[in-house]
Amino acid sequence: MTEKIAYYPGCTAKSYAKYMDLTAREVMKKFDIELVELTRWTCCGTFFGLAEDNLTSQLAPMRNMIRTREDGFTDLTTTCSMCYNTLKRANILIQNDEEKASRLNAFMYEEEDYEGDVRVWHLLELLLEKVDIAGIAKKIVNPLKGLKVAPYYGCTLLRPKEVTIDKNPEKPTILSDLIFALGAEAVETPYMTECCGSYLTVKDKHLVADRTNRIIGSAARREADLLVVSCPLCQFNLDRRQKEARELNSALPEIPVVYFTQLMALALGVDVKELGFHEHYVDPTPVLRKRKLLGTPMKVPVKVKK
Amino acid sequence: MSMVKLTKTEKRIAFRQKVLDLAGANIMRCYQCGECSGGCPESAVMDLLPNQVIHKIQLGDESVLDTNTFWICSSCLICSARCPKGIDIAKVMESLREISLRAKKSYVTLEALTKEELEELPQIALISSFKKQTS
Ligand code: SF4
Ligand code: SF4
Ligand code: SF4
Ligand code: SF4
Repeated sequence: MTEKIAYYPGCTAKSYAKYMDLTAREVMKKFDIELVELTRWTCCGTFFGLAEDNLTSQLAPMRNMIRTREDGFTDLTTTCSMCYNTLKRANILIQNDEEKASRLNAFMYEEEDYEGDVRVWHLLELLLEKVDIAGIAKKIVNPLKGLKVAPYYGCTLLRPKEVTIDKNPEKPTILSDLIFALGAEAVETPYMTECCGSYLTVKDKHLVADRTNRIIGSAARREADLLVVSCPLCQFNLDRRQKEARELNSALPEIPVVYFTQLMALALGVDVKELGFHEHYVDPTPVLRKRKLLGTPMKVPVKVKK
Repeated sequence: MSMVKLTKTEKRIAFRQKVLDLAGANIMRCYQCGECSGGCPESAVMDLLPNQVIHKIQLGDESVLDTNTFWICSSCLICSARCPKGIDIAKVMESLREISLRAKKSYVTLEALTKEELEELPQIALISSFKKQTS
């Protein structure tokens, strides 16, 4: 039977990162999980507010939890790592700080009281819990043989430790485990858990370009064919900002940056035309063609050798 | 290098207290190991390193508000994850942003962005920058 889980796409998943959203839905279908989009939702506000005396930034994430309860769900998942981080941290605050929770509830007097009883999941975390790595490998019809993929975690999947989706945030392995399960080879780089520069991309794009140069450069030195991410901002900074990075370093090779859901969809046999590769600044298609991964996938799952 | 006067003026005490209120009292435990600055991906372009900012705050030195450090900080939390004294340095940076923003000092303005930039940048970039860097 198809399991249903409440799904929070996030605003960027409806525009810039719409193929992250579309492929996430396709991927989950293959595992008999239906992502049920919340009937009403608002932007989570991107970053969890850190100042002790400012509760206003907790209102938006909290309202999304209330919507989850209203829709009759106890679990909520999202693909954008930044949304995940913000929702999860706001939820932890509500669970652990009675005084703040009651002030927030009082402020939103027109809503039902919320006590932190929704469980927030990152999509990858959910997959590993409900399907696990062996279960994912079993469904692969287009093993990504010969493809070298550099995992890039960034910050918000791993920090702070209360929300990390990997038990070892300083040396995570879940993305590498996933990459191997898809039949590809993971090539880890020393920058995989370091920030891409995030929102500095608006005012200080040269700083982000410098980080992109380092991150892409270190993946290139390890002969990675592409980078895999789970955050639209990481994707933008590492993909689009390669243009500015190349102004700093003309020798920087082009490396495509894809969402883990796009890579999974490819390995699970979703038509490559539906993956959105044409929207990328660096098109992943040439390197996938070179590795002979764009043919017709098998009808039956192919055993992936580790 | 300029000398820091350690006189405990009321202004200094008030500034320090404001940061402690916003970011946590344990800032006073910093022993200047430098771990935060060592891991910070943006330290090379900061006017003051994160550990220097903490030191100035301990001294109640308001001049930290004139540096670019907290605007250049991207809230990546590497420093906070690694501080051996459990200080949430990212939160200190946020408190300096908040103090500046509440005094109507913004780092980013919508008007300064070109039409091309606004078309190119995804929501997630614009919203997070505006949240952190505009009042
Ligand atoms: S983090 Fe981003 S993408 Fe996610 S909802 Fe909030 S602003 Fe939108
Ligand atoms: S956008 Fe950059 S700052 Fe954000 S999570 Fe991704 S890596 Fe970190
Ligand atoms: S890591 Fe912590 S103790 Fe060390 S200098 Fe930074 S703030 Fe101080
Ligand atoms: S949170 Fe800010 S200060 Fe701390 S390491 Fe990241 S960029 Fe540097």
